[in-house]
Amino acid sequence: MSDSIVWIVLFPLLGAVICTLFGTFSKKLCYPVSVLSMALSVWASVKTLIQAMHSSDHQVSYILGGWSLDLFPRGVGIEFRADLLGALIALVVSGVGFIVSLYSKIPVQRQTPGKEPMYYGLFLLQIVGLAGITLTGDAFNLYVLIEVAALTGYGLIAMGSNRAAAATFNYVILGTIGASLYLLGVGYLYLKTGTLNMLGIHEAIETHGLHESPAMQVAFVLVLLGILIKMAFFPFHAWLPKSYCHAPTTTSCLLAPLVTKVMIYVMIRMILSVFGVDFSFESTWWAEVLPWLVVVAIICAAVMALAQREIKSMLAYLIVAEVGYMVGGVWIYNYFGLVGSIFHVISDACMTLCLFLGAGIILEKCQTTHFDGLRGLFAKMPLTMIGFFIGGFSIIGLPPTCGFFSKWYLITGGMVSERWEYMITLMFSTMVMVVLFFRLIERIHLAVDESGKNLGKGHGDLGLTKEQTRFDEAPLSMLIPLLIAASIVILVGVYNQEVADQIEIFLHDFDLPTGVHYQ
Amino acid sequence: MKRLAFVFVLLIGLLLAWAARDFPTWGDPEAPASSSPVSSHFIANTGIDTEVPNMVTAVLADYRGFDTMLETVVVFIAGLAVYSILGGGPNRRSRDRELVVDFEPDLIVTNTVRLIVPVIQIFALYVLAHGHVSPGGGFQGGVAMGASFILVALAWNLKTALIRFPIDRCFMVAALGIVIYGGIGLLSMLLGGEFLDYAHLSKVLPVSPEMARYHAMLGVEIGVGFTVTAIIFALYASLSTDGRMRDGL
Amino acid sequence: MFDDGSILNQLLIERLNYFIYVVLLLIGLWAMIAKNNLIKKLIGMSIFQTAIILFYVSIGVKDGATIPIYLPEHDPHGSDAQRDLNGTGSLLIEPQVLDASLIPQYTNPLPHVLMLTAIVVGVATLGLALSICLRIYRAYGTVEEDELLIKLENEDARKKGLPRKRWPRRKPTQNKPGSSIKNKKAGLPERTRVTKPDSARSRKPRNQTNRADRTGPESSHKSQEIEKKRPARRKRAKSSNPTKEDNAS
Repeated sequence: MSDSIVWIVLFPLLGAVICTLFGTFSKKLCYPVSVLSMALSVWASVKTLIQAMHSSDHQVSYILGGWSLDLFPRGVGIEFRADLLGALIALVVSGVGFIVSLYSKIPVQRQTPGKEPMYYGLFLLQIVGLAGITLTGDAFNLYVLIEVAALTGYGLIAMGSNRAAAATFNYVILGTIGASLYLLGVGYLYLKTGTLNMLGIHEAIETHGLHESPAMQVAFVLVLLGILIKMAFFPFHAWLPKSYCHAPTTTSCLLAPLVTKVMIYVMIRMILSVFGVDFSFESTWWAEVLPWLVVVAIICAAVMALAQREIKSMLAYLIVAEVGYMVGGVWIYNYFGLVGSIFHVISDACMTLCLFLGAGIILEKCQTTHFDGLRGLFAKMPLTMIGFFIGGFSIIGLPPTCGFFSKWYLITGGMVSERWEYMITLMFSTMVMVVLFFRLIERIHLAVDESGKNLGKGHGDLGLTKEQTRFDEAPLSMLIPLLIAASIVILVGVYNQEVADQIEIFLHDFDLPTGVHYQ
Repeated sequence: MKRLAFVFVLLIGLLLAWAARDFPTWGDPEAPASSSPVSSHFIANTGIDTEVPNMVTAVLADYRGFDTMLETVVVFIAGLAVYSILGGGPNRRSRDRELVVDFEPDLIVTNTVRLIVPVIQIFALYVLAHGHVSPGGGFQGGVAMGASFILVALAWNLKTALIRFPIDRCFMVAALGIVIYGGIGLLSMLLGGEFLDYAHLSKVLPVSPEMARYHAMLGVEIGVGFTVTAIIFALYASLSTDGRMRDGL
Repeated sequence: MFDDGSILNQLLIERLNYFIYVVLLLIGLWAMIAKNNLIKKLIGMSIFQTAIILFYVSIGVKDGATIPIYLPEHDPHGSDAQRDLNGTGSLLIEPQVLDASLIPQYTNPLPHVLMLTAIVVGVATLGLALSICLRIYRAYGTVEEDELLIKLENEDARKKGLPRKRWPRRKPTQNKPGSSIKNKKAGLPERTRVTKPDSARSRKPRNQTNRADRTGPESSHKSQEIEKKRPARRKRAKSSNPTKEDNAS
């Protein structure tokens, strides 16, 4: 089926429409429908990836509406193009969506009762938006899909408590500024080149030699500024911690791993495929300045994460730090940095998913995610804690989890391009994350009261009653997705060479410096 | 803080003005956008590809039909999200004391509206159907139709309008609109073409491929009209009553 | 000053459309960043998006061109079309590709299409943002950003048992005749008290918080220490988990 690329987006759309049409009659229908449509979407994205790997130019191209590509530049219709990068990330998006949809049964019932049809409708439409962003090859279509993903995100978060609604307003304002700046940038590009297809714009820039034109420079600034705002890059990150912290559980499990990573994909796509390597890295001043901003971003985010007393807000600040890693990996202008950045997109999605799923289970069973409520959890929910800490170890960067390999590539890139500030910041933030997670491990496994005094070794001496340390594991519908996510984190680490091979095949088309030591 | 924001905004303005030196002058027919092959193809070939005189509708519903489907999805999302944010489910706590507004619908207003609303609805259907040859189309016609329901709600009260168009039917009609749009696209795919490639519908309709595009465009515009009508009314009902669906404005 | 070739001529006369859109954009952006009232921020957002729409539409303008709908002489189905009156009534001349020299007669249709989509997306975002404002007003009783921040911080502090912040100092407003004595006693300016929704008037008991907002046993623990400083209005149960049973005690 050569149109499996469209089915990645169509299955969730159909699922959303069915949920809304029939959900008012039977609320129990929504969960199976959403799980089924996400499973079919995963199947379609696996097929697309296999198709892209086996095709001759390593991409799958599909024109919606059937207009031929012969007309310069690249036809008049909207193109869906899945090269290896897009296919990989589309697989990550639909995979994460599938796992979260499996997980969502109990949290949605508890936190937004009675609104299941609308919740699942917005959930599936969010996947439509995110998967569409990774697959589209048309700049204006990308704007519409960014808005689809954004609007569903606002709806999903604000459906929760009042506090979540108050946090969403700031998100709406900043998100709209970001998307509108992107639209303005696309307008400048259209003004100078006359086409909206991404590869068509690239051809037009090369043909007409628009590298020195001030309009192009400003278009670059506008597009990237818009995307940086939407991916919560410091100093535009203010919307992220509050929104994700107070959002309903399933919402934060869906949005946290995906939204910022997909925006990093958009940035990579704009730099490599639309503006081109020469323009982005050599004709503009960004490659010199941005790594320093990244250093500030990572340090601030890591320090703020240390100051948090609650799991979800700590994880939200960790997301901001991870975004800093990935942006830095791109802008150090090095082959290994880009491999690391793309690999980190994939691995960060998996490990953030793992962590947020675990935090959701903790919230569900203990009614709190504050650090002081976590004493003795290992006795109560050992499997959940193992899954949660696999995610934690991946963020720190311990082998064989995937986080280790992505950090390896990023540090290699920093070393080879002689960006010592980036490398040192990476190591410093790794130390901070070690402190963060081992502090949590200490609270959960050992007995530490509020003043930090150790009450004794092992959970027998915690001073908690036998009732409170009785084995009371999470419900299966929440536990199994967490274990699947944890095993994916380890599997991506074990099979990292296969994944990195595909990324390297993709990057061979672009002329990136590899440094003097590696040929 | 305001002064800082003012300075920041001025800097952005200077940046944009600096870029504007490079732009083509206003109205230049040789500008890259105006003379590009893409727009020339649209202007020259719309007649022969689709037999629709209105180029904007042809580009909207046919050449870039996927964008329009996503736009319809955006409208649908807005309606869903507003309804669920304002607490439209059965979970809506009715602890708030409700304002009981006691008034009679005015005689002149109701009778005027009684005469006008059918005309508005026919005009809305005309705008929708005539979008092929004059400015118009699904969005414009859908908004006018939704406005007719809002007019009923303003002249009488919201309950009268909700009797005619209940809120859960709103969402069903809206979803139906997307089903129509996606359904036409899926039908094209099942008949062997790409998604939203209407020419293949000529295999089931007794017309030429170009006229199949013509008729399919009308079909998708009808789908868009359904969604926009329903969501405009649902937005009004949710926002004006703060989700309670009782008498508001 | 405005002679041909000078920078002012280039910017303000030949490229007037870009200058106008930049000014509107800056007004909208400044309002979004600097204004305190949430509704004013949304108005700024609307102005910002409108400026971008104007920019796009002005890209497609060509001097002396007409709207992008075929004139009757080019329209295959138009009034000038020849029909076979003897037989089938079908067209005698088939639709054909428009001649390249006629293309500058028609405005570029593509920016119009893109902006139809952008307008709809802007309306959807505005509707959603307004519903969030309504929800904030229902929950917190204010749409001013600084008051809202203080209320949120107080809510956080109340959960942790920390002392609460005071209201922001505002310039005292003129006391209009008929203003309530209650406001004068509280010492607060009138407008923060005038219209309060019913939900904010009925205070929730302190222990009952939203399930998703709870932060844990620390709140009850710290409050035991602060209880000595504050007059103890309610007894707090000394359990580690504040549950609904605590309210009964």
